[in-house]
Amino acid sequence: MSLESKEDAMVNKDEFKPLIVAFCCNWCSYAGADLAGTSRLNYPANVRIIRVPCSCRVNPNFVLHAFQRGADGVVIAGCHPGDCHYSTGNYYTRRRFTLFSNLLDYIGIEKDRFKVDWISAAEANKFATVMNDVLEKVHKLGPNRKLRDARWKR
Amino acid sequence: MFEGGIELARIGVFVCWCGTNIAGTVNVEEVAKTALEMPGVVYAKDYQYMCSEIGQNLVKNAIKEQKLDRVVIASCSPRMHEATFRKAATVAGLNPYLVEIANIREHCSWIHKNKEEGTEKAIALVRAAVAKATLNTELTSGEIDVEHRALVIGGGIAGLQTALDIADAGYKVDVIEKTPSIGGKMAQIDKTFPTLDCSACILTPKMVDASAHPNINLYTYSEVEKVSGYVGNFEVTIKQKARSVNMEKCTGCGVCTEKCPSRKTKSEFDEGLRTRGAIYKPFQQAVPNVPVIDRNACIKFNTGKCGLCEKVCTAGAIEFSQEDTKITQKYGAIVVATGYDIINLDNFGEYSYADSPDVITSLEFERLTNAAGPTAGKFVRPSDHKKPKKVVFIQCVGSRDKSCRGKSYCSKFCCMYTAKHAMLIRDKYPDIEVSVFYIDVRTPGKNFDEFQRRAVEEYGVNYIRGMVGKVFPDGDKLQVHGVDTLSGDTIKIDADMVVLAAATQAKDDAEELGRKLSISTDTNNFFTEAHPKLRPVETHSAGIYLSGACQGPKDIPETVAQASAAAAKAIILLSKSKLVNNPCVSGVNEAICSGCLECTKMCPYEAISAKTLEIKDHGKVIPKVVAEVNEALCQGCGGCTVTCRPGAIDLKGFSNRQILAEVDAICH
Repeated sequence: MSLESKEDAMVNKDEFKPLIVAFCCNWCSYAGADLAGTSRLNYPANVRIIRVPCSCRVNPNFVLHAFQRGADGVVIAGCHPGDCHYSTGNYYTRRRFTLFSNLLDYIGIEKDRFKVDWISAAEANKFATVMNDVLEKVHKLGPNRKLRDARWKR
Repeated sequence: MFEGGIELARIGVFVCWCGTNIAGTVNVEEVAKTALEMPGVVYAKDYQYMCSEIGQNLVKNAIKEQKLDRVVIASCSPRMHEATFRKAATVAGLNPYLVEIANIREHCSWIHKNKEEGTEKAIALVRAAVAKATLNTELTSGEIDVEHRALVIGGGIAGLQTALDIADAGYKVDVIEKTPSIGGKMAQIDKTFPTLDCSACILTPKMVDASAHPNINLYTYSEVEKVSGYVGNFEVTIKQKARSVNMEKCTGCGVCTEKCPSRKTKSEFDEGLRTRGAIYKPFQQAVPNVPVIDRNACIKFNTGKCGLCEKVCTAGAIEFSQEDTKITQKYGAIVVATGYDIINLDNFGEYSYADSPDVITSLEFERLTNAAGPTAGKFVRPSDHKKPKKVVFIQCVGSRDKSCRGKSYCSKFCCMYTAKHAMLIRDKYPDIEVSVFYIDVRTPGKNFDEFQRRAVEEYGVNYIRGMVGKVFPDGDKLQVHGVDTLSGDTIKIDADMVVLAAATQAKDDAEELGRKLSISTDTNNFFTEAHPKLRPVETHSAGIYLSGACQGPKDIPETVAQASAAAAKAIILLSKSKLVNNPCVSGVNEAICSGCLECTKMCPYEAISAKTLEIKDHGKVIPKVVAEVNEALCQGCGGCTVTCRPGAIDLKGFSNRQILAEVDAICH
C-alpha cells in the first residue's frame, strides 16, 4: 500500500480506530517493545500491551475475551523458539496457538486478526513492524463483529 | 485488608512527567484527573520526577496519609523502576506486590507524537494497571539457600580476572576453559596499546596466580555440558575431554612434544603460521604445563602404531586409554567470559587472503612479531622469510559492513591495534614504509588518540582515508589498489605484505551456550546485558553475569574493568546466606484440582508434583490426588495455568482474574 493510499484509508475510515491487544512476554517481547520506545520508533497508539511473564502464560481464553470485549486484533509475542527465559515455554505457545488459530478461523474470526510472533529484546524494529503490519491488515478488515459482547461498549 | 471485593480498595495513582519525556506527548494532568474517576482510585497526583527522592516521598506520604492499600505508578517501563517503587512502598508499610506500574513512557509517550492519542492511550494503560492492582494480593517472598561457589566459563583475561577477584573475596571458583591452556586471546598478543608493554609479561603472572590460588580450580580442555537450577543453586555438568596425559604425573618436561613424529597439524595458537605435534602444549607458558594429545592427528590413535611419547615419558604420564569425564557441581553464580573470535575471510576474495600467504590477519601479525612466535620475533614475510619493504594495513575488513558477509558494528579495538602494529614496525625497522587504509579512525579512550597521533606524527605512518578495492599477487609483490577519498586520487601500492584488521564476531557456540544458560544473545550473537546502561554485566537470568568480549567487542582495559564488575556482582550474590525468591509463583486451589496432573508434565522446572489428601466424601474418608507446587523451584512462567482444565492452578501476581481485568480495562 503506498503512503498516499494509506493516508486516504486513514482519513476515509476516520471513525474506525482498530484496537489491538498485545500480550508480550516479560523477557523478550516486552523488552523489545521497551527498546522500540527507547529507539523512538513509531507504531500507532491503538496497540495496547499487556505484560505476561511468558508467552505460555497466555490462555486462549484471554484472546477470546479480548475479542469479546471489542478488540479488533490480538497479538501474542514471545521469545524466539529456543530462547525462552523458561527454556520451553514458547514451544507450548507455538503448539497451543497453532491449534487455536484454526478454531478462530472456524468461528469466523479472520486469520489476519490474530498473530503469534517471536520478538527478541533486541528486535525493536521487528516489534514496530509486526504491530504496524497487524494494524494495517486489521484496518483493511474493518471492526471485528464476531464474538463481540453486545453489552460491552468500547 | 481488601481481599477480592469485601471492602473497597483505596488506590493511589501517581503520574510521572519524566521531565518532558512523558509530559511532552501526554497530558499528565488529564491522566491524573481521569484516574480519579476510575473505580477504587481515591488519590491521584502528577509530579515531574516520580523516581526522585521527592517523588518517592510523595508516594510514601500519600500511602500513609491517604491510607492507600494499592499504588499505581504511571511512569517508565517496570523493567526500569518497578523495584524502586516497590521498595518505596515497603518503606511506607505497604506490601511491595501491591504496586503496579503503567508503562506510559516506553510504550506510549516515546512512541506517539500526537498528544491527544498519547493521552488517551496513557489513560487506558493506567486504567488497566488500576484494574489489575485492584486484584493484587499481598505476596511474601520465600527464602532459598545459596551455594557459595562460582563458575567462570572461559579462561581468557576476562575469566581469569573475574575468577581471581571472586577467589580473593574468599569464595571457591571453578574456571572452565575449552582449550588445553588458560590465557585466551591475550596470550597470543605481542604488545598492548597504548603503553606498548608486553602482553605476556602482564598476563602470565595472572595465569600462574589463578592456577596457584587455593580457591581456584581450573578445568582446562573442558566444556559446559548441561546447566540446570536457578540463582544461588545452579547445577552444572562439566565435560572434561580426555587429555590422554595424566595431569598429576606429568612433569611438563616437554620431551614428548619434541619427539612426536606427527608434525602436520597447524598450531591454533600460532594462527596456523607453524605446525605442532599431535601431542602438544599450545604455547611455552601454558597453564597447566601439561601437554595434550590431539587424537585426530595422533598416529597411535589413527593406526595403532607409534606410541613414541609413551616410551619417552619418564614419568609414565601418557594414558591413551583416558576417556572424557563428566563432573557435576553446584554453583551459586555463573560468570560467562567466553570472549570473541575474528571472522572468517573466505568471503572477502578481493583481499586475496586465501591466495597469498603474505596477506595476513592482525592476529597472525601479532604472532609474527612475537618473540615467542614462529619467527622468534623477526618480522619477515611468511612466504619467503624476507623482510618486507612496504606494508599495507587495511582496517574495517568486515566491520561496519552492512552486507551479509560482514558485521554491521564497529569492532572497536582495530583502530588502536593497527596503529600499534604500524608503530611497532616503524620503531624496529624505520626503513619499512607503512600505509594504513581506514574509513574513520576511532580512538576514544585514555591516551588512545595521542597514541594514534604519535603513529602518524612521530613514526610517519601514512594514513589514507578510503577503502581498498583489490589486493592481488603480482610476482613476489602484492598490488594494492585503493582510493584516497579525501583527495579523490586512485592509490596503487606495490606492497610486500598486507595486514587485514578482520572484524570481531561472537563465538560460534555462543548461541548454544546461551541456550544452555537461558540467557539471550543479540542479533550478532553477543550475549545481552540486562540493561545497556545500568546493568551492563548482569543478564536477565538472575545469578548469571557477563565478563569481557562475549558481550560485545572490547579492548583489554575495558575487559578487565568489566571482569571485575562481574566479579563484584557475583560476590554480592555469594555473600548472602539466603536469597529471597520471586513470590509470583503458581499455587493450586486444592478444592477444585481434579488431580489430572497435566500441569506436572508441562513444568520445565519439575516444580509441580502429586500430593495425596484425605478428604471426607459422603461420610467416608477417601484419598484425593492433587497437584502441589514447590515454591522454591517454581520460576513463575505460568505455563501450567493454561494446562489446567478446571482452572485450579493460578499464577500469583499474574492471575487469570488480573489479566482478564486488564483486558477489560484496555478494551474500555
